[in-house]
Amino acid sequence: MDLSAINPILFVAGFFVAATPLIFAAIGELVVERTGVLNLGVEGMMIIGAICGFAVAVETGSPLLGFGAAAIGGAVLSLLFAFLTQVMLANQVASGLALTLFGLGFSALLGQSYVGVKPPRMADMNFGPLAEIPVIGPVFLSHDIIVYLGLALVACVWAVLKFTRAGLVLRAVGENHDAAHALGFKVKRIRTLAIMFGGACAGVGGAYISLIRVPQWTEGMTAGVGWIALALVVFASWKPFRLLLGAYLFGGLVQLQLNLQGAGVAIPVEYLAMSPYVITIVVLVFLSRSKSAAPGSLGRIFHASS
Amino acid sequence: MKFTKLLTGAALAVGLATGAYADDQEKTKVGFVFVGPVGDGGWTYEHNQARLAVEEKFGDKVETVYVESVAEGPDSERVMTQMALDGADLIFTTSFGYMDPTINVAKKFPNVKFEHATGYKQAENVSTYSARFYEGRAIQGHIAGKMTKSNIVGYIGSYPIPEVIRGINSAFIHARKVNPDVQFKIVWAYTWFDPAKEADAAKVLIEQGADVVLQHTDSTAPQAAAQEAGNVITFGQASDMSQYAPLPRVSSIIDDWAPYYIARTQAVMDGTWTSGNTWDGIGAGMVGIGEISDAVPADVKAEALALKDSLADGSYHAFTGPLNKQDGSVFLAEGETADDGTLAGMNFYVEGIEGDIPL
Repeated sequence: MDLSAINPILFVAGFFVAATPLIFAAIGELVVERTGVLNLGVEGMMIIGAICGFAVAVETGSPLLGFGAAAIGGAVLSLLFAFLTQVMLANQVASGLALTLFGLGFSALLGQSYVGVKPPRMADMNFGPLAEIPVIGPVFLSHDIIVYLGLALVACVWAVLKFTRAGLVLRAVGENHDAAHALGFKVKRIRTLAIMFGGACAGVGGAYISLIRVPQWTEGMTAGVGWIALALVVFASWKPFRLLLGAYLFGGLVQLQLNLQGAGVAIPVEYLAMSPYVITIVVLVFLSRSKSAAPGSLGRIFHASS
Repeated sequence: MKFTKLLTGAALAVGLATGAYADDQEKTKVGFVFVGPVGDGGWTYEHNQARLAVEEKFGDKVETVYVESVAEGPDSERVMTQMALDGADLIFTTSFGYMDPTINVAKKFPNVKFEHATGYKQAENVSTYSARFYEGRAIQGHIAGKMTKSNIVGYIGSYPIPEVIRGINSAFIHARKVNPDVQFKIVWAYTWFDPAKEADAAKVLIEQGADVVLQHTDSTAPQAAAQEAGNVITFGQASDMSQYAPLPRVSSIIDDWAPYYIARTQAVMDGTWTSGNTWDGIGAGMVGIGEISDAVPADVKAEALALKDSLADGSYHAFTGPLNKQDGSVFLAEGETADDGTLAGMNFYVEGIEGDIPL
């Protein structure tokens, strides 16, 4: 065992990179679920975002344009889900699963000519002399702009949900769509917008994997991150800052597991590998005791006449 | 993730069931079960290339079907069953974890021939086949030992199964031979295909000082991570991965399944198929060594090529004594070579590797 092999600064800095795709995908899904819609298509929207972002970044040479395209791609795909569930009143679980399967297949089709291509590199943010500060510099100030955008987004979502009228309306729709409807709020319009927001966030999260974390395009490369994001929303009991905490926990555990192995620590890696899920289950058990955590109308279909 | 794979598998199986049923009387139908997507750029990609080679060789006389990203375990059993029900005459199951499912399904369909890659369980209608990847690993180990400056070689393992352990041992033996100070850092990813995790594993190894990264996982993500880090060399796994040449990828192990798949399909057509165990290496062409790039010094390249030739013509065996096991007990005496049985079930590290094999 040689723990000194682990460089704590690089290790902690790795948390941010590992957690960013999760943060984006989960914060989008959190907003969607707070309006009472359960979209299980996160994985599909992420992978579509991954390929859209990758393709546009390669064609234009600009990673930022790529992230923009990823957001649009994810949002467009989520419109399909919005159409199915809000207009056709289809079952949300089935529609979400269909979205994931469709996204995985369609992205493979789109990405055929991009296998083995290298994307343009995203520059890290330049904090000037601040980045020279020992420890703090390399840990917090050595990342690309998307990492910071993710953190800002979480703060924004928290503030909007908590302090603004829009947030209140959004939560009202999620808690009781019939009451919100009776008060004159456009339930379907609000939900559709939320679904598109969720799609855009998932798209950016996916593009972060294909453009920065890996960086390359491979079929099925999101490899289940979307499902972890769904678990993360539940883990966070629909609260933005807990979600942030959870994302570092989930992302950090993967890093920790690999780092410990590299350093030759003999604890069975299976324990660390399964720990995010064990933690989620434990949280679920606690949540089930206080029934208030989940939005009241989550997963229920809204029809104005009923 | 399991759930999506399950659904994908089920959806594809249904797709196969309702697929073209018409004129399959004269055609030989060959099924392929893949563990990753055909676009992974590595393991599954090469199996799919071989499938295409079968199609090209036999044209109208053969029909091939494949299902990709099939999870190892019960899911694969369902996919194989569906293929057999759809009239497949020969089914290739191309991952170690399909071993028991293949045996189970084969029992139910005695007239269908099965070919399981990298396993060790055979039956009347189940053959096994694999390639001696460890011969290629010997060459990688040699180059790694010569080229590392930090004397730390990172190794991304998939699952702790004999095939992977054999590769680690072979690479280590030959790295130590040319560089007595070299150390291996081994990280198990517990997946064949997960680009993000493979990239993370590569990054961790590089952060911990490795300047050579060997991978036994299927995607090209570790190559991309090494390129990003700079001053790290890698080797293509299963496929040439030449898009990452000349650096970081300095050479590769290429699996060439096409001749075997064509021969076995021919045997089914002729009615001469019999169960057996094929294990070919560099000599037979099943293991190819990708071009050694100019990033490797000329003398090292020449040594590597000489090693390749001696492995190919059989004058040298990658596991030649004297070798000890990790615990210091004797594995092979002076001049002794490992027999195939020992190699197939290899579950120990050789002397000098640190750490334990996870259970």
